[in-house]
Amino acid sequence: MAINKVVANATEATEGIKDGMTLMLGGFGLCGIPENCISEMVKMNVKGLTCISNNAGVDDFGLGLLLQKKQIKKMISSYVGENDEFERQMLSGELEVDLIPQGSLAERCRAGGAGIPAFFTPAGYGTEVAEGKEVRDFNGKPHILESALTADFAIVKAWKGDTAGNLVFKAAARNFNPMMAMAGKITIAEVEELVPEGDLDPNFIHTPGIFVQRIFQGVDYEKRIEQRTVRQKG
Amino acid sequence: MLDKTGIAKRIAQELQDGWYVNLGIGIPTLVANYVPDNITVEFQSENGILGMGPFPYDGEEDADLINAGKQTVTLQPGASVFDSATSFAMIRGNHVQLTVLGAMEVAQNGDIANWKIPGKMVKGMGGAMDLVASAENIIVAMMHTNKKGESKLLPSCSLPLTGVKCVTRIITNLAALEIKDGAFHLLERAPGVSVEEIKAATAGKLVVEGDIPEMIID
Repeated sequence: MAINKVVANATEATEGIKDGMTLMLGGFGLCGIPENCISEMVKMNVKGLTCISNNAGVDDFGLGLLLQKKQIKKMISSYVGENDEFERQMLSGELEVDLIPQGSLAERCRAGGAGIPAFFTPAGYGTEVAEGKEVRDFNGKPHILESALTADFAIVKAWKGDTAGNLVFKAAARNFNPMMAMAGKITIAEVEELVPEGDLDPNFIHTPGIFVQRIFQGVDYEKRIEQRTVRQKG
Repeated sequence: MLDKTGIAKRIAQELQDGWYVNLGIGIPTLVANYVPDNITVEFQSENGILGMGPFPYDGEEDADLINAGKQTVTLQPGASVFDSATSFAMIRGNHVQLTVLGAMEVAQNGDIANWKIPGKMVKGMGGAMDLVASAENIIVAMMHTNKKGESKLLPSCSLPLTGVKCVTRIITNLAALEIKDGAFHLLERAPGVSVEEIKAATAGKLVVEGDIPEMIID
């Protein structure tokens, strides 16, 4: 029998999240975001959060909900273009923002979870991103030193999960979720479908249960589409 | 002069059989519509897709299947999906043969700026810095001048940089150009555009050698 990670709901899962903590939140745009836990944190009204997330949601969904209530002190992201309130708070100085290249963000989370304190990458060399960072040449090309990221809580969203905390993601909703799951001191996974241990094929697990401390089946997923683009048949 | 579709069609002529290609947001996304019939390329989307297909049919949209521009897309047969770290391993590790992206400014030494206007617009760099830092083959798709009519091909960039000395080719509404030896080299004129018009719209050093052919766009 595997170690059981199941909690009842978002309220139990988010227990211990306090003002001033650093959180990682999976998702790309609104795709693969932990909707249940975000709603719960709006209710909890935790403040002064540092949120590490590729994007900041839109004005009325995703992390935009926490921004509207000024619960976020600092965002660490790569792209924040879809959120007017974010841009307003950033330009007025209310919100601290650390913008970092998307690949560096992913790798910094992975490194944090993998016990690699820092690494060299070519991304950002010669730009503002490189300011204050060590530069070293490898194979005749300059690279900058980037440090690992970890978080008090990592909050991820998966398609399926089992009671042991093993996770399977769907399509492009995987994005940052697996790396962030690795980098949380406590990792919360909310899943669309929670199944008994043994039901998921071990050959097709994306995130092994060791990286997950709490898991629950989410409810009422909206899964909002940001840009609905279609073609016509014929 | 080319419109956005024309720029995309001209860039599609640069594609080669067997390439993996990353297309940025905006004009670059349109390139996928004009892949020549006789070649096979696979499109990589930085959010974790290889083998990205066209937009879904009406009613078949999947919120879990979007591209880097957050638009709903589909998967081609043979596609794969993966996490963001794996996606950028493909990009930084030079497994992607061509990157096409937009820009606000390009300098004659290949510097590119496309992520920030200080005090005005700060959307972030997304994956652009990772893409331009590693790719060997970078095509910029953009208008030759900005909305005020000022050249976007400059001696040096005035905006914060996205990457240094990395752009190899530029396709604009006026011209196709190559960057080498610290200058823009004119390769082709857009239909109906004269060399003089291109010179007038290019603030950086422009090299014009011999007769410059006009583009052939279907």
